[in-house]
Amino acid sequence: MNIVVCVKHVPDATADRKFESDNTVDRVGVDGLLSELDEYAVEQALQLAEKNEGSEVTALCIGPAGAADAVRKALQMGADKGVHIVDDAIAGSDALATSLVLAEAIKKIGSPDIVITGMASTDAGTSLVPAALAERLGLPQVTFASVVETQGDQIRAKRDGDAATEVIGATLPVVLSVTDQTGEPRYPSFKGIMAAKKKPLDTWSLGDLGVDAGQVGLSVAWTQVEDTAARPPRTAGEIVKDEDGSGAKALADFLASKKFI
Amino acid sequence: MAEILVLVDHVDGAVRKTTNELLTIARRLGEPSAVFIGSGAAPVEALAKFGAEKVYVVNDAEIKGYLVAPKAEVLQQVAAQANPGAILISSSAEGKEIAARLAIKLESGVITDAVDVDANGVTTQSVFAGNYTVQAKVTKGTPIITVKPNAAAPEEVAGAGAVVDTAVTISDAAKSATIVASQPRQATGRPELTEAAIVVSGGRGTGGDFTAVEALADELGAAVGASRAAVDSGWKPHTFQVGQTGKVVSPQLYVANGISGAIQHRAGMQTSKTIVAVNKDEEAPIFELVDFGVVGDLHTVLPALTNEIKTRKG
Ligand SMILES: Cc1cc2nc3c(=O)[nH]c(=O)nc-3n(C[C@H](O)[C@H](O)[C@H](O)COP(=O)(O)OP(=O)(O)OC[C@H]3O[C@@H](n4cnc5c(N)ncnc54)[C@H](O)[C@@H]3O)c2cc1C
Ligand SMILES: Nc1ncnc2c1ncn2[C@@H]1O[C@H](COP(=O)(O)O)[C@@H](O)[C@H]1O
Repeated sequence: MNIVVCVKHVPDATADRKFESDNTVDRVGVDGLLSELDEYAVEQALQLAEKNEGSEVTALCIGPAGAADAVRKALQMGADKGVHIVDDAIAGSDALATSLVLAEAIKKIGSPDIVITGMASTDAGTSLVPAALAERLGLPQVTFASVVETQGDQIRAKRDGDAATEVIGATLPVVLSVTDQTGEPRYPSFKGIMAAKKKPLDTWSLGDLGVDAGQVGLSVAWTQVEDTAARPPRTAGEIVKDEDGSGAKALADFLASKKFI
Repeated sequence: MAEILVLVDHVDGAVRKTTNELLTIARRLGEPSAVFIGSGAAPVEALAKFGAEKVYVVNDAEIKGYLVAPKAEVLQQVAAQANPGAILISSSAEGKEIAARLAIKLESGVITDAVDVDANGVTTQSVFAGNYTVQAKVTKGTPIITVKPNAAAPEEVAGAGAVVDTAVTISDAAKSATIVASQPRQATGRPELTEAAIVVSGGRGTGGDFTAVEALADELGAAVGASRAAVDSGWKPHTFQVGQTGKVVSPQLYVANGISGAIQHRAGMQTSKTIVAVNKDEEAPIFELVDFGVVGDLHTVLPALTNEIKTRKG
């Protein structure tokens, strides 16, 4: 099985994430890492590969130079090869342009049986890219999967929707996005870390993909961020210790003062 | 005035509250037109009540059997007919996916998770776990905006509700992902998590016993939420999860019980108007966010609180 897993390099969510003066995400001033939610995608890619002998897993990432770290982490976890797309022209691209470049890269990698993504990036968090990839590649969309099973060329996935829990079925090739309910991602082993150093990691530019630089980047994005502002931090309110039921009374007083009761 | 298309979010013809909110926002931008995709009688009156001047009715029993793609094709075809000024869709998982596909078809920009949209189409979003507020605008094509629940107070304004029966063609490619089985969500009898004015949540600190959390929720007429730790332990289904990978809620009041306040949980509740917490660890990070906090055991504080509220109500 030929599997491509899309991994994004994102600013660490536990750090102080910021914006640049041009309202793009600060990807330099804050430590970056492989998006936690894409680790679940890598894990599913590896599990599917283990179940299907002769499979190959390619980790694919678009991002500035430092983003190669996300691909390396995927290689350390067990992916076979990596592709990192770097081009200054891509900076500031929105989800739709990102999906365009990813789609062209996937075509160049070869015809995959499954393209796997995370359920959302932890920075932009739009969840647009997986559906956009399915649209651009003309593949069935099997998204927000919490359980994944394949048999031959058939795929079944459980999806916890708002109104119902559904089982989605399709015939490979497909675009699959997986949630953090699919199972905890593995840690890279020492052996995995050593092996990763010898795995192929290609770097491609837009030219390598035949994508015109005028189609991507901040200046031609189809959406524009006009303003970003830090929310005033919440200031801690009153904290009381419960002693013999005093806590419940004090809380009831507070709720009453706010007209909730 | 340009038509503003609103994709009707409904369960078997029952219009969800978010649709009324979208119609209210649509009125700021132009003339609201609802797009109803479903089978059976279209809820035209319900839509007209909140301002729908037109209701495009796509009567198709088959679409229900497929994931997302056919709905994007429907909207593309209705848009070709209506030439709308903007298209509004609920910001659910499905809504955002429809928006993504539609944006590519129409070569239009898309904005997700708007918590507000002004008359000029400028949207407000809350990002980075609620730590930043962003304002954005679509600059290409027909703006496609997915809007979160509670983004507007639904206003009743009578619209004409003129039915436009609309025939569409769905490509075979759009039918490639099928819904093989569907288990409707069990009704909880409580308000919808993302729509509720009050949410009472429980975490690992409940030890799996949600009785006290649920009793308080019912006394307050609230929805019940859960942390991922509670969901992963199997105490509540995933649909109850509040946080980065669950629901993002923004109620008037959020009550966190036995929840430590990890960044991923905060991402789902930090923009609540008022936050209170009960936690037996005074060092728990959740206390950094609260308007009022009680350091104590939830198994004693919550039942006492529920009783106290009952007594005060008389
Ligand atoms: C990719 C990713 C996505 C995630 N997404 C989410 C998400 O969407 N939502 C989410 O919630 N988490 C999410 N998490 C998990 C998150 O990091 C935390 O692990 C989780 O929120 C912890 O849940 P908790 O607060 O219930 O448990 P804990 O952190 O274990 O806290 C339990 C708290 O209960 C208190 N307590 C114990 N007993 C009592 C008692 N008797 N009375 C009162 N207080 C008591 C303790 O003092 C403690 O503060 C995610 C994590 C990752 C890596
Ligand atoms: N720059 C990128 N490089 C590689 N994969 C990406 C990139 N952006 C998004 N993705 C993939 O698309 C998923 C959804 O991202 P998003 O639509 O931004 O929420 C992520 O979990 C990734 O798998």
